[in-house]
Amino acid sequence: MDPILRVEKLTKRFGRVAALSELSLEVAPGEAVALWGPNGAGKTTLLRCLLGILPYEGEIRLLGFDPRRQGREIRAQVGYVPQQIRFHSDQTVWETIGFYAQLRGIPAGRAADLIGAWGLGNSRGAQVQNLSGGMRQKLMLAIALLSAPPILFLDEPTSNLDISTRRDFSSALGDLKKSGRTLLFCSHRLSEVRNLADRIVSFEEGRKIFEGKPSGLTAALSEGVDLDSEPLPGERP
Amino acid sequence: MNARVVLTLVRKEMRDARRNKWFLVIAVLFTGLAVSLSLMGFAGLGSVGVAGFGRTAASLLNLVVLLIPLMGLLLGGTSIVSEREQGTLESLLAQPVTPQEVLLGKYVGSAAALLSAVFLGFGVTALVISRTTGCEEAGSYAALVFFTALLGLAFLSVGFLISVFVRRQATAIGLVISTWVGFLFLSDLGLMGTAVMLKLPVEALLWLVLANPAQSFKVAVIGKLHGNLEPFGPAGLYASETCGPWLGGILIAFLAAWILMPLLAAMVSLRNKGVN
Repeated sequence: MDPILRVEKLTKRFGRVAALSELSLEVAPGEAVALWGPNGAGKTTLLRCLLGILPYEGEIRLLGFDPRRQGREIRAQVGYVPQQIRFHSDQTVWETIGFYAQLRGIPAGRAADLIGAWGLGNSRGAQVQNLSGGMRQKLMLAIALLSAPPILFLDEPTSNLDISTRRDFSSALGDLKKSGRTLLFCSHRLSEVRNLADRIVSFEEGRKIFEGKPSGLTAALSEGVDLDSEPLPGERP
Repeated sequence: MNARVVLTLVRKEMRDARRNKWFLVIAVLFTGLAVSLSLMGFAGLGSVGVAGFGRTAASLLNLVVLLIPLMGLLLGGTSIVSEREQGTLESLLAQPVTPQEVLLGKYVGSAAALLSAVFLGFGVTALVISRTTGCEEAGSYAALVFFTALLGLAFLSVGFLISVFVRRQATAIGLVISTWVGFLFLSDLGLMGTAVMLKLPVEALLWLVLANPAQSFKVAVIGKLHGNLEPFGPAGLYASETCGPWLGGILIAFLAAWILMPLLAAMVSLRNKGVN
């Protein structure tokens, strides 16, 4: 099966610092891939390059499109939940999702269905600045799902949630995966990665240091292996 | 360009401006000052009453040249940077929109809000004048309104350019104030000093004066009010002789360039920077 995402020698520099260095990656349709690594490893930068909202060097093909020239086409088919959920604070829940629906040319009825499905129906008139972290996360996911995208990018989707909300949210993400969507998500949580990911790509300082099944990462971590020194699958030691 | 995207952003920007208390305060202040100036129009002549359109336009000129650039710069200068600082720029650019559409939508929305405030101020003043002294010299007043709109849009563009380049709203406001002081106060002094030191010929002096949108505005309005450019001395006389009837068009072109060039530069810069 042709990959839905192909990245070749992707490099992104901020001044002299390389946030991503010669990164190559492929993702198959329907696959859930976890981007794992410490803060500053380059995970968020990768998602932003894939969306075409950051300039970069190298080659990316997402859904057959080039983010540099066809960013609009890509963003029309990708739902994105950023790490820091920020809305225009003086707007209500309904105004917020309505604004993004209008930008995407999605009927208001679809927005109403989504906020109902994500338990925000009773909060339509609430100011977004008064929502809890979990509610904001749900609203952002509802916005990301407006155009029923085949791909979702989720940047630390449960990092700001309490345990109960995190469990609900992880379960919802599992349902999205079962629905056949391709997921590319950043996470610090091993449990989330184990439950949701088909494959893990581990980063450090903008370089890929591990790629494989979640069990491989779990085993490596439990054995105290320094992933920096481990060869990637298929690489010679 | 996708018209739906641009219109959605225009509507949002206008709604935001209506909710922006500072902007409303400045708009009301401008209206109040404009009406007050028309009411005080005869005070200098020893009598009190409403001045006509021509006299009010002359009085308003100095208020407009100070306040409107500041309104445009503040509105534009905080536009993109506030989205960047709040973290909403990333969510916005992650939609199927282009940076050019985002910038154009925000610019048109801000421009509509700015022009609403300007027209409100001039409109209320015109109502007061026409009801009391009639519509004599209304043409001068209309010219002032037209060139005020161009002046506001030019400084709004400069504000947007500032907003794209900086990361913090506080930095943007600092740059806005510096730009305002530079265009409105320092440029005159710098030009006078340069002209004396370098013994600039009158034609060079004229084009340097016109390169400042605030000066282009003044030349255009004073030319319309007085019918000549004598208040500008040799440079004014040279402008009248050289450009003749084309001067109005040339000044409009200068102001239009100040609207378009910074806006295009801001679009290119936002496209190149992305969310960075």
